[in-house]
Amino acid sequence: MSASIEMPVLNNHDDGHPIYLDYSATTPVDPRVAEKMIPYITEHFGNPASRSHPYGWTAEKAVENAREEVAKLVGADPREIVWTSGATESNNLAIKGAANFYSAKGKHIITVQTEHKAVIDAVRELERQGYEATYLQPEPNGLIDLEKFKAAIRPDTVLASVMFVNNEIGVIQDITAIGNICRANNVIFHVDAAQATGKVKIDLETLPVDLMSFCAHKTYGPKGIGALYVRRKPRIRIEAQMHGGGHERGMRSGTLATHQIVGMGEAFRIAREEMDTENERIRFLRDKLLHGLQEIEEVYVNGDLEHRVPHNLNISFNYVEGESLIMAVKGIAVSSGSACTSASLEPSYVLRALGRSDELAHSSIRFSIGRFTTEEDIDYTIKLMKSKIGKLRELSPLWEMFQDGVDISKVEWAAH
Amino acid sequence: MSSVYFDHNATTALDSRVLDVMLPWLKNQSGNPTSRHVFGRTARTAIEHARAQVAEACGAYPSQVVFTSCGTEANNFAVKGIAANLAPSQILYSAIEHPCVSRPAIAMQYQAYRSKAIAVNQQGQLDIAHFETLLTTPTCLASVMLANNESGVIQDMANIAEIAKRAGSFVHTDAVQALGKLTLSFNDLNVNAMTVSSHKIHGPQGAAALILDKRLDVQPLLHGGGQERALRSGTENVAAIIGFGMACELAAANVKNFAAHTNALREQFEQGLQSLDVTLFSDKAARIPNTSFFAVAGIEGETLVMALDRKGFAVASGSACSSDSTEPSHVLMAMGVHADLARGAVRVSFGMQNTTRQVANFLNTLKNEILRLKQLTSIAA
Amino acid sequence: MAYSDKVLDHYENPRNVGSLDKNDPQVGTGMVGAPACGDVMKLMIKVNDDGIIEDAKFKTYGCGSAIASSSLVTEWLKGRTIDEAYAIKNSEIAEELALPPVKIHCSVLAEDAIKAAVADIKAKQAAKESA
Repeated sequence: MSASIEMPVLNNHDDGHPIYLDYSATTPVDPRVAEKMIPYITEHFGNPASRSHPYGWTAEKAVENAREEVAKLVGADPREIVWTSGATESNNLAIKGAANFYSAKGKHIITVQTEHKAVIDAVRELERQGYEATYLQPEPNGLIDLEKFKAAIRPDTVLASVMFVNNEIGVIQDITAIGNICRANNVIFHVDAAQATGKVKIDLETLPVDLMSFCAHKTYGPKGIGALYVRRKPRIRIEAQMHGGGHERGMRSGTLATHQIVGMGEAFRIAREEMDTENERIRFLRDKLLHGLQEIEEVYVNGDLEHRVPHNLNISFNYVEGESLIMAVKGIAVSSGSACTSASLEPSYVLRALGRSDELAHSSIRFSIGRFTTEEDIDYTIKLMKSKIGKLRELSPLWEMFQDGVDISKVEWAAH
Repeated sequence: MSSVYFDHNATTALDSRVLDVMLPWLKNQSGNPTSRHVFGRTARTAIEHARAQVAEACGAYPSQVVFTSCGTEANNFAVKGIAANLAPSQILYSAIEHPCVSRPAIAMQYQAYRSKAIAVNQQGQLDIAHFETLLTTPTCLASVMLANNESGVIQDMANIAEIAKRAGSFVHTDAVQALGKLTLSFNDLNVNAMTVSSHKIHGPQGAAALILDKRLDVQPLLHGGGQERALRSGTENVAAIIGFGMACELAAANVKNFAAHTNALREQFEQGLQSLDVTLFSDKAARIPNTSFFAVAGIEGETLVMALDRKGFAVASGSACSSDSTEPSHVLMAMGVHADLARGAVRVSFGMQNTTRQVANFLNTLKNEILRLKQLTSIAA
Repeated sequence: MAYSDKVLDHYENPRNVGSLDKNDPQVGTGMVGAPACGDVMKLMIKVNDDGIIEDAKFKTYGCGSAIASSSLVTEWLKGRTIDEAYAIKNSEIAEELALPPVKIHCSVLAEDAIKAAVADIKAKQAAKESA
């Protein structure tokens, strides 16, 4: 049954392989991370919970070293880090775990319409269990209005969940301000930081945050491993969602994947040491891409440009249809603002929440830049986008009408 | 480390052939399988290939395979997920289940379910009469493990499933210790859900699966991006899943060899035990071929395990997950073994790399260590 | 999204892209669809005095299948009479391009565009005769 599957390479402008500009979907594993991981799946195998023989001891030591590295990047105590299988599990554990544990305080939860599906769906699940939820609408720039957040808090609000950095538009929320409001109102505050590690400074010693979700594979670590920060002072309690051998101080049972934990630790160590210089380089590339694409007429940046990680650029190309745009940009691996379900195009719910029209949401592209992106990649991308957008617009009757000065919003379209 | 490894029921070393297929996915770019570009599609194709390999090894259809992060997650998903979509009634689990089956069953009591343990006999086989009595109360789910991690006892699952289904209950089996050691057929086992895991069959940690009857409406444990047909959200652990697939293919092809090889080692070992003053557990029951579970009266299992470790043999005193505690094995307690004897329990679990020579050396060492420790305790006494 | 080779060919090399003079009495225009639905198709045909379609041009805002459907019909239309054009069925288009079920509406839209263009030229001819 074994078949070898040929893998694409990252930066290749010639032989038909696309250039990878989808670092927000997942990052390649840094070679240094892979190098550190591999011994733990070959020589040092062992179940870290087996205390009785050295195979287990080596694994345990590696796990604790990695826990320290994760804690260091975010200014936490290692004892506040709980391993999980990824950000989805961390978000589920934080939200359901805290809401269930503190349900006596109240059954109202606040979150934001632009959160990751893992947060939204965990809250929806709690709604099915009898909780009530407020899904705040962000401002058109993607940021939360603090007054609106304050106004959403009720006496029975038990938990608020706001993401640090948005996965689609890259905007950075004011976590300190939101956290202070939560503190003042005795609301537990969870932050999904899956897209934030290695991109923004996180210091949980000073941040008023109770629970924070992380994952490795958005920060050059392996897939299938994440962590949840659970504050010790003041102590936050959560109800376990996975029961069993009582690993991770009872908060998350299940055999730990040692090599993946080691990989996450190494990835976070590299992020801590290289973040500042890397962000500078990436900002240069992003700005170059932005200026290049802004030479195209009728393009719109989605989300605030100032409160935003340098890695992300989300742009809508007006008068170009979404699916044909996806086909047109096969030379680059990017993410588009419309999730293609089998039957129809669904516009991105994040862009919809910002008030973007369906047409603009459909014609959006998320470019996400990372550690291995080169200036040549950016130059190629600008050239490609200019030529493809030009070609599609040449085909587009809407573009022709726009050029003729027709106000398309006033056109009466035949029902179809 | 030059230790001889006799703890294959806890975890196994990665097969180099598995490592080979995983390495490109650890080192090179692997896309998010949800992405539509070539990086994502390549990862998706690889996952679907692994799904077919896992299905084949379990005698199931690929569409019945739901990948999870570990066996614990798959068991929690099965127990909580199946029960949660049914009206609260009784959840049954055998008294020898792994905690990742019994604890979620007990946790469901907060949601108005009642959970009860099914007794086992002295050999560790399910007490069918007790099971049938319990089933006179409306039951939504019964979970019985196919092969026990400590004793190695194999349950008559098809029969157990038949009895449960007749009473209107759904059936789950934890087959983590059975995969690779027995030929599995999800269909013949007649269960609704079955858990299998990668790292027990020389695959990597970080991947497991719940084999699931598609007709069953199951509540997910993890909500989010809708991966695994919305049954298990979260970005797939591509490298681990690919390794799991390969490990399944290799394990399924090797079941007969594994049985012959490890069974011979066990026979040699248990023959040797006869000259020592030890109690063998479950030796009259059908067991997976690689597992031997015994106790020496008067010696703490933990002490013996440490002593053997210093002599270069890695064995276990019980399930790895409960190694932290000094509680006697719940499996042995359920079998009616006296707590003092149960505290002396040691599990030996063989693998393909073990040899008759290693077993012979181990028997010698075991004999000497037992003698030495007995002298120590008699001085103390 | 698995597109057939024929769809990809028309998408990569669309035939007869462009516009004709919409004020020309020999030119009929059909515009169907709506931006909110994700498809707008504009088809223009030039019909000579014998009722034969001499030229056809299109512009389409839509997915690859919509672009391919409209590109294909411009090829088919040339040399046909307007009655023959009117008789073209969406199923023929869908079959030629091997469209998957979820993309059948693109061929329906192309058929509608032909019918709208033919109706437009007939209306122009009627107006000319009555004038």
